[in-house]
Amino acid sequence: MSRPGSGAQREDLLGLEAGLGLTLGQLRLEVELAVGPGELVVLLGPNGAGKTTLLRSLAGLVALDRARVVLDGEVLEDTATGRHVPTERRPVGFVFQDHLLFPHLSALENVAFGLRARGVGRVEARRRAVAWLERVGLAGHAGSRPRALSGGQAQRVALARAMVTDPRLLLLDEPLAALDAASRSEVRRGLRRHLATFDGSRLLVTHDPLEAMALADRLVVLEAGRVTQTGTADEVRRRPRSRYVAELVGVNLFRGRAVGGAIRLEGDGTLIAAGDHHGEVFAAVHPHAVAVHRRLPEGTPRNVLAGTADAIEVVGDRVRVRVAGPVPIVAEVTPAAAAELDLADGGPVWASVKATEVAVYPA
Amino acid sequence: MTGAAVRRRPGPSRHAGGGPRPVRSRVPAWFVVPAALAVGFLAVPLLGLLGRTPWGRLGAELATPRVLEALRLSLVCSLGAVAVSVLVGVPLAFLLARVEFPGRSLVRALTTLPMVLPPVVGGVALLLAFGRRGLVGQWLDRAFGITLPFTTAGAILAEAFVAMPFLVVTTEAGLRAMDRRFEDAAATLGAGRWTTLRRVTLPLIAPSLGAGIALCWARALGEFGATITFAGNLPGVTQTMPLAVYLALETDVQAAIALSLVLLAISLAVLVVLRDRFLPSA
Repeated sequence: MSRPGSGAQREDLLGLEAGLGLTLGQLRLEVELAVGPGELVVLLGPNGAGKTTLLRSLAGLVALDRARVVLDGEVLEDTATGRHVPTERRPVGFVFQDHLLFPHLSALENVAFGLRARGVGRVEARRRAVAWLERVGLAGHAGSRPRALSGGQAQRVALARAMVTDPRLLLLDEPLAALDAASRSEVRRGLRRHLATFDGSRLLVTHDPLEAMALADRLVVLEAGRVTQTGTADEVRRRPRSRYVAELVGVNLFRGRAVGGAIRLEGDGTLIAAGDHHGEVFAAVHPHAVAVHRRLPEGTPRNVLAGTADAIEVVGDRVRVRVAGPVPIVAEVTPAAAAELDLADGGPVWASVKATEVAVYPA
Repeated sequence: MTGAAVRRRPGPSRHAGGGPRPVRSRVPAWFVVPAALAVGFLAVPLLGLLGRTPWGRLGAELATPRVLEALRLSLVCSLGAVAVSVLVGVPLAFLLARVEFPGRSLVRALTTLPMVLPPVVGGVALLLAFGRRGLVGQWLDRAFGITLPFTTAGAILAEAFVAMPFLVVTTEAGLRAMDRRFEDAAATLGAGRWTTLRRVTLPLIAPSLGAGIALCWARALGEFGATITFAGNLPGVTQTMPLAVYLALETDVQAAIALSLVLLAISLAVLVVLRDRFLPSA
């Protein structure tokens, strides 16, 4: 997988570079963020992490305590010098969560709005808006009011409206959240295609890991106002750095101090991993690498964790079992194995993990 | 019988929404008696008015110069009052809804005061402020030679004083109910404040604005107390329809009834417009 790493693009001053700090009620936002030119960064995080506030800050819609926002070399905001470019003069396009199409204007007038507001003549604005509606496949709906459009159509109009003015940064706030599950995957495909035609920087907010993995060049995980992890979808999936991400991608995450192959976990217990590691580390174990036994397993040195079979849930064609003990761990077994072991009855069990199945990386 | 009527509302049409039909409402059955009295109390006077209307001579009654004069003056004054209210009341509503400033609640209370103030008191207050010797009036008189009492402009002022709060309150409510993120969206599309106001905010609050204007106009049209106190009762200058009705009642009952009927028709029209376009059906 290609890695549009943040390092390479920070040297030239193209793209977005932002450092923001603000306190808004319960939320304390402290974020450093860079989006390369042409890069699509997905901001992933739980509800209330400050994702929308961050986007609104970049658009100049929120008053900030501390900020420096530079887009393609132009300083949009700098609290140190008191510079603040008002929202309407920023080259930034914004696609809002529930689209926010103006209900009193037709689809065409919605798309032409930004051009008219920026002083483009009526005829020219109309021509360009029509071209964009054609581009998103809605030429036949030019005269429709937003309430006559389906969720997916409204989303495409919102996208066209934000992109028609050729912004250099495109901000998208949960662009698929307002859609029902049935139309989401189709709209996601369309969104992906249209986003690919945009050559400026793109920052998309979501709390849906699937959406994030499908769209992102690079993921930025935001939790409680802070960035907890950044990396490609693959990196994030393989090496989660917080409980939230681990749960999203469905792996067991431990943190501890490694000496050689032994990792002394925070709290209690030890995990044995293959290889040589030192210092503060994360250890990730995929549930399907965890075996469950009713009797103490024998054999090669490996991790054997005692506990009781706790919560059981069916995920696809697998059964997820939580083994509650000094070192709690989630295992994934086949329904047949679950039945054979009578896991639904609870009771004492042992979970075993091969040392080679423990992925260790620095914390 | 009446009890059953309250307990079980017949007809599936009431529950066309599809929700389960309640077996019984929580309203005491005997409420039907005072409620019916209330309806009768409100309806009977209207029926009385309609019953005494000289339908055959209605056209002739309305065509008399005196009635036509009052009608014209009423239109001029009430529309003038609406214009004044829109000009200063709508910006006031914006400030009240959108800007936090010290004493905002005091200003809001002051704005709504004329809604509860007896209009005649308003008239007296206007006289003391804008009368020939009033606070502002004596200055207006000296500096510009403008006198307001007993002029058509005075009648407009009196009507605006009483009617403007309806516009301000309704518009402010509309602004508060509006999703302000539409204004954010406009800003991200490059629209400055004025463009946003003109192309987004005003169209979005148009229903509230329309309702406010309708209420304001209806109130101005029916104004009596403040007008007669401040502007007097001069035919052709300040004698609007309500004043003409009151006066005609002593000399020409038929004319009074005909004029009343016109006012009733206008009120009904305003109500219908408000109901269909602006008020959510219950």
